[in-house]
Amino acid sequence: MFRRLEGPQTAGRGPAFWGLFALVLGAALAYPLFSDGYTVGNTVYFFVWVFIALSLCLIWGYGGSLSFGQTAFFGIAGYGYGILTINFGSAYGFTLLALVIAVAIAALFAVLLGYFMFFGRIAGVFLGIVTLAVTLMLERFMAQTAGPEWRIGAARLNGFNGMSAMPPLTIPWPGEPIVLFADVGLYYLVLGLLVFVYLALRILMNSSFGNVIVAIRENPERAEMLGYDIRKYQLITFVIGAALAGLSGVLYTVWGQYITPSSMGMTAAALPLIWVAVGGRSDLTSTVIGTLVVLAAFQALTIYGSQYALVFMGVLLVLTVLIAPNGLVLGLMNWLGRIAARFTQRAG
Amino acid sequence: MSLLELRKLNKHFGGLHVTNSVDLALQVGEIHCLIGPNGAGKSTLFRLILGEHHPGSGDILFAGENITALKSFARIHRGLSVKFQVPGVFKGLSVRQNLEIALQSRHRGAELEAEIGRLLSFLGLQSEQAQIAGNLSHGQKQWLEIGMAVSLKPRLLLLDEPTAGMSPEETHVTGEMVQRLNADGMTVLAIEHDMAFVRQVAHRVTVLHLGQVFAQGSIDEIVADERVAAIYLGQAHA
Ligand SMILES: Nc1ncnc2c1ncn2[C@@H]1O[C@H](COP(=O)(O)OP(=O)(O)O)[C@@H](O)[C@H]1O
Ligand SMILES: [Mg+2]
Repeated sequence: MFRRLEGPQTAGRGPAFWGLFALVLGAALAYPLFSDGYTVGNTVYFFVWVFIALSLCLIWGYGGSLSFGQTAFFGIAGYGYGILTINFGSAYGFTLLALVIAVAIAALFAVLLGYFMFFGRIAGVFLGIVTLAVTLMLERFMAQTAGPEWRIGAARLNGFNGMSAMPPLTIPWPGEPIVLFADVGLYYLVLGLLVFVYLALRILMNSSFGNVIVAIRENPERAEMLGYDIRKYQLITFVIGAALAGLSGVLYTVWGQYITPSSMGMTAAALPLIWVAVGGRSDLTSTVIGTLVVLAAFQALTIYGSQYALVFMGVLLVLTVLIAPNGLVLGLMNWLGRIAARFTQRAG
Repeated sequence: MSLLELRKLNKHFGGLHVTNSVDLALQVGEIHCLIGPNGAGKSTLFRLILGEHHPGSGDILFAGENITALKSFARIHRGLSVKFQVPGVFKGLSVRQNLEIALQSRHRGAELEAEIGRLLSFLGLQSEQAQIAGNLSHGQKQWLEIGMAVSLKPRLLLLDEPTAGMSPEETHVTGEMVQRLNADGMTVLAIEHDMAFVRQVAHRVTVLHLGQVFAQGSIDEIVADERVAAIYLGQAHA
């Protein structure tokens, strides 16, 4: 299975790549030792978004289906976590169970939506339209839940202002439970999840399942005429993607202890597309790097006003389309790879 | 015994009667060529057989089973396979990966590697295996897709214009490939314009014209048929 960590579907191979990977991971593990809790908490915020970016990388970059619906799954899972934990509290490690249930709810929703789309043979631009419509409908719906009648148990939905004050993730521990506030504790949990998801997706995409996914992107008719029920593969990919987007949503909710309808709005739906496109949607590594770099740049620019930051995102997207349609980071990685290959050739 | 049998098959596209009451029976083990002018409805007939289009009326029987209502992938599982008219390779993937995707559902591990190697040498594409399929020449793409279709070990292989864009030498090589596959027991239905190819491989020929079966027989009978010559001439003058 670990053999599948490398393969034609993922950039980066050999001792050089994994050496670099270990170095980066080591730096990430050591980083909280050299920083303060507030800054570390801020870094968690960046990591949280990588999961939704990876979900888009999977569905769009590898699978070829452009989905605007990832933020819908993000919101469903985020609200789901809030409703569950506000009602049932955080004792006995329930917040961890709530995380899993919330992600499962998002996945279940994706099963229904995905079944309707893929078994109804909705593809291409129509898939984008349907998923966007679902996202915006959810946003509109949540935004009008301000009245006191909109409550699920003890959890008020609170309309446009969103839901807040849900408990953070809490790990039961003999003596005193460990509460993962948005600093070092949550950092290590999210980093662990990130490394796990990244490696698991590498294995998945280099497996025979991943082969079929890219085959469907390249030519769905040919894939079907090799005997693959492509609807099934598309649905499974969509559900895995939804679960990842849902994980982002739960972690975001846990991180800030709030979630609002605008997390499913137009801007929220568009931003992950930009990170993934700029990074390089058809590769996991370039998606992770691209997302983190663009997010950091975005936040640095927001100091001067969020409208400038949004304009910058637009410009970045246009530049990507013009200079490196497969992604700036991926383009750079391939270029470095070629140089490294030439270097080893000359040395050998 | 007939491997494939089409009974009174009809298909309309709007007002266009593209498949007009077609009856056709393929014998096990034969190489059957389907010819006819452009627009005669040959490719549409393939899409009906494969389940990409559904007939307005009529039945499709494969090895005695009525497959008219089956989904495409299920028909492939029954033993059908196709090379499309426009080469349908996975353009962004390597030649090797193209074959791997075709072979992986029946072979694993070392066996898979061996099968890929065998197929590469059958197709004469060993030195191209690392290339991106989109960069192959047109003829090589045709071979690659034939290889993918063949890798399923189908009972019936459908080839839609397998030699389009090939030089006479390449066309001849393709004919030999088809004959070797047939010698191993594969039944073949090929749409082809190249008469040298048809002469090289066909046991029987069916002429399709305006969606109807216009003539059927050996290549010599078809070539001698003045009515057949007339529809091709008619097209040449049109
Ligand atoms: N999907 C379609 N919709 C409408 N008309 C079609 C479609 N596919 C084929 N046709 C028409 O049906 C006729 C037969 O096409 P085709 O089967 O591709 O012919 P051939 O392969 O013999 O050249 C042509 O007139 C073509 O324009
Ligand atoms: Mg045709």
